[in-house]
Amino acid sequence: MSLITARRRRRAAGYAVIVLGLLTAGVAYATVTGQPGTAAAATPSSASPKQIAEGASLFSVTCASCHGMNAQGTSQGPSLIGVGAAAVDFQVSTGRMPAKEISAEMPRKPPVFDTAQTHAIAAYIASLGGGPAIPSAAEVSPIGADMALGQSLFITDCAQCHNFSGAGGALTYGKYAPALTHSTPTQIYEAMLTGPEAMPVFNDTTITPAQKRDIIAYITTVRSEANPGGFSLGRIGPVTEGLVAFLGGIGSLVFASIWITLKRREHT
Amino acid sequence: MSDTPNPNDTPESAGQEPEEPRTPHRIIGTPPPAQSRAMLADETGDHHEPPPELPPVPDNPVRARRAERIVAACFLLSALAGVGFIAAYVGLEVNGLDSTLRSNLALGTSLSVVFLGLGVGAVLWVRNIMPDVELTEQRKPLASPPEQREEFAETFNAGAAASGFKRPLLRRTLLLATAPLAAIPLVLLRDMGPLPGTSLRHTVWRKGMRLIVYGPNTPLRPADFSNPGQMITVVPEGYQDNQVALAKATTIIIKFAPGQLRPPTVMNWTVDDIVAYSKICTHVGCPVALYEQTTHHILCPCHQSTFDAIHGARVIFGPAPRALPQLPLGTDSQGYLIATSDYHVPVGPSFWELGGSGFTGGNES
Repeated sequence: MSLITARRRRRAAGYAVIVLGLLTAGVAYATVTGQPGTAAAATPSSASPKQIAEGASLFSVTCASCHGMNAQGTSQGPSLIGVGAAAVDFQVSTGRMPAKEISAEMPRKPPVFDTAQTHAIAAYIASLGGGPAIPSAAEVSPIGADMALGQSLFITDCAQCHNFSGAGGALTYGKYAPALTHSTPTQIYEAMLTGPEAMPVFNDTTITPAQKRDIIAYITTVRSEANPGGFSLGRIGPVTEGLVAFLGGIGSLVFASIWITLKRREHT
Repeated sequence: MSDTPNPNDTPESAGQEPEEPRTPHRIIGTPPPAQSRAMLADETGDHHEPPPELPPVPDNPVRARRAERIVAACFLLSALAGVGFIAAYVGLEVNGLDSTLRSNLALGTSLSVVFLGLGVGAVLWVRNIMPDVELTEQRKPLASPPEQREEFAETFNAGAAASGFKRPLLRRTLLLATAPLAAIPLVLLRDMGPLPGTSLRHTVWRKGMRLIVYGPNTPLRPADFSNPGQMITVVPEGYQDNQVALAKATTIIIKFAPGQLRPPTVMNWTVDDIVAYSKICTHVGCPVALYEQTTHHILCPCHQSTFDAIHGARVIFGPAPRALPQLPLGTDSQGYLIATSDYHVPVGPSFWELGGSGFTGGNES
């Protein structure tokens, strides 16, 4: 006879179950909802020999162990010759590089380098073999963009992986499309331009710079809109609260019914 | 019980063996028949137990007195809330969104308290003041007495004889009248058609039709789509607003590095290592465009069917029964990407009439 079986008929058992259930739901809710942080917007600067030298020195200390002393690539990491400054700025400013370990998907984390250092490494890599440059603040500004066209493009070519509101989603073998909730306009632009990790490339002749700004406008507008409820499941809406309220309400009704029809204990 | 007239002893079954009397079988888990505490004995009076005395005072008077006060408080609260409802209904104006919200809140809260007070009071009354005595009432036989049944049969037969139902003309025309009624649903089934014919095997793609990027609706030259690892959704020019056509014709194009593509990809249908596949999953038709440029997998978000874009979009995982159809590509005189024909195999979900090859091979039909 287990402890629970012996005590479940006690008067307080029903209340204990309800309190325990509410406590579990509350703790789980508090755990999954977090406050989104903000990332600083990066602005490009023209490369000087001094900047390139600083980038080379940072590269040799932090990146060369996987990407090779001359960024030619090793068995641990790909060649970076020709990837361009935009790819470096994306990877370093989102904290994906330098990587802690080689995993299926490099997670976003607080960046190791500040903006000036990031741009220095980017300038060094760009000096090795060209590639797309870091876009200027005006090139990524969502102000005045055609958000309707941005939505059409996003729904057609981005939403299958990143979710219709940019909440992200799973891919194969542990890879995933990250949520776009923290991405800056510059990072979104660079991701489209360079196709980091498993993401396809959307070059400027297929999705023009103006259309990239339209897509950025859609993403930044949608994520700033009011999101009712707590755990919204990628902006589906306050479904989880409804489900919890429904299950909790039905549960309370069941316990109330049990209490109403409970036979009084014979004390004589 | 054995003296009870067997309810099955109707005039029709009088010659048969009397069946066993209808004693209720005890269901496992239910309490045994409480004969001693039965308030009503069965009709034969075999078990005339005196009904148990209901106690004139509750078995726990202290508890009952306390409960009485609580119940009375509940009823008083209910009465006050009822007055409050009337006051809120009369007093609160509803001439705007906020005032309507307040009024609804006051009305709903007061009415809830009315019913809650009544309900809680009633439950506490039953549980703490009313006597807790279990009574068992034996079920009576459901069948009517034989005399009543005989009487009914006589009346029915007399009525039937007088109704004139035996006149053949009336009876046959009545039957005839019901026959078309039965056929009507069969005729209505006709409107479930027409059959799809060959429409499942064709899309709107035709020779010479340009591929345009869906959204901005711009045509593409192979040079515009030049970075290996690119993917974009394209639709046939002229059909970008025709959702019915796009449901089958939507296509993805993927750019590869030279020499990356392998059979069974049809190389003659590619342009500069750009290959076009149907975006409609061959399983149940979801838009399949989760393209990973590192693994060259195209993943369907609905049921995780995975296609290998290098090898003719053959299925490497999941429930899809066949490869994504490949669209033959070419370029027109101005250098824009065009289709050189429709898809050679049906796009989208596989169907019964597709034929055996559709479930095994790829695009080599």
